[in-house]
Amino acid sequence: MDFLIKTLGAIATIIVAFIVGMLYMGINRKITARVQNRVGPPVWQNYIDALKLVSKKTSVHHGVMQHLAPAFLMISSMGTLLFIPILRGQSWFPNLSYHGDLIFILYFMVLGSLGMALGAGQTGNPNAAIGITRGLSQMVGFEIPWVMALVAMMIQYHTTSISDLMAIQQQHGWLMFQNPLAFLAAILAMLGMFRYSPFDIVGAPAELASGPISEFGGKYLGLMMSSGSIFAFTKLTLYVDLFMGGASNIVVLLIETFTLYLIPMLYGLVSPRYRTEQAIRYFWGWPTVLGLAALVYSVVI
Amino acid sequence: MINDKNSQKIVDIIQNFARKHSLFVLAYGTGCGAIEIPPTMTSRYDAERFGIRGAATPRQADVLLITGYLTTKTVKRVIRVYEQMQDPKYVIGFGSCTINGGMYWDSYNTIKVLDRYLPVDIYINGCMPRPEAVIEGFIKLQKKIMEGRAEGAKHYKENLEWYRANQKKVLGPTTPHIQEYNW
Repeated sequence: MDFLIKTLGAIATIIVAFIVGMLYMGINRKITARVQNRVGPPVWQNYIDALKLVSKKTSVHHGVMQHLAPAFLMISSMGTLLFIPILRGQSWFPNLSYHGDLIFILYFMVLGSLGMALGAGQTGNPNAAIGITRGLSQMVGFEIPWVMALVAMMIQYHTTSISDLMAIQQQHGWLMFQNPLAFLAAILAMLGMFRYSPFDIVGAPAELASGPISEFGGKYLGLMMSSGSIFAFTKLTLYVDLFMGGASNIVVLLIETFTLYLIPMLYGLVSPRYRTEQAIRYFWGWPTVLGLAALVYSVVI
Repeated sequence: MINDKNSQKIVDIIQNFARKHSLFVLAYGTGCGAIEIPPTMTSRYDAERFGIRGAATPRQADVLLITGYLTTKTVKRVIRVYEQMQDPKYVIGFGSCTINGGMYWDSYNTIKVLDRYLPVDIYINGCMPRPEAVIEGFIKLQKKIMEGRAEGAKHYKENLEWYRANQKKVLGPTTPHIQEYNW
């Protein structure tokens, strides 16, 4: 019985993540349009796009890894979602959290990108190869401040469990204020994680013909789009759990995640695209310095 | 139950609705008409409010927008691009040159009637059509999709030999002969 409830809860979690993630992407398109003085598509445009992409016929064959790449992305985003507590202290949305899940998530989050790199490499498209190189370089860039921020919090509170960190924040207040340097480093790393402008060097449509996904159309593109939106919600929920103490109900969760989502979106709207080395230099500059400072702060305090 | 005619009808309506409201356009802009595409897509005329947006590669695209004349050199590339696209796919012929050759009607190295080489679903006439006309053409295509009449790709498959013979007349031995582009 317990197993059944957990399974149903996991399915419900994934469906909620899909709906909310797609809605956020739609709102993003609408806000982008309003900033550019356009009317813009309706906010449900992304659902229609996904439905159309899934109903397209797809007959492209480059090899086994090419077919597995969208599955890797989906496994990574859904798996990460199931290890993150969605709401605080509720039997709904059960998750698979255990001691040490923060370290596990650090590794599991990059699985999708690596699978995608293998799949896109097999398509043999030169644009895809350039996109992969850029994406992995950028990942090396933003992973460093991101890991430093997380390790700083692990040191500060002697725990590697997200649930424990959430419980600690109930007593001591949000980690956002307990270790502001770590929060700043993590937020700057988030700009790269979301791959919006100025860090959209991976899938730059104008110069790379959308990069790694250039040979993927139809159902595969629809699957990637869905997994991308689930992953966006996953990352935002992880940030809320780690720095804002988690949410007690779904309305608070939506408000907090959307507030966080505004940061990469609005920063992207006013920024042109970086070159690859500029992007890496950005992440190895102030974000890394802030991460180091957060580490020192967490050891000293 | 699944193969029931009525349930298939409902599925068709839902799929056509989604296809109609989400058109990813691959603009093949070698003709002079390509200059009308940026204002159509950007702030002034904003085609994105109808769900029309640009696609970066043929694999992701639904609509092939051919803007203007095609030389015998570029028509080979257009055929290749068209056959790389995934079903269902549509072609829009843009400007007089795709209808009857336009001002290039007696040129020695341009094709005149695009429909003899690729199945065109919608023509937008004019030299050149303004963005309003382009958007109206897209809306005509949307209506056609909703009614299930935009079946150029099906027609192309059924009459492939006729199209190949026409292509061979202008391209000679360099005519594309691969049926499926999986390289």
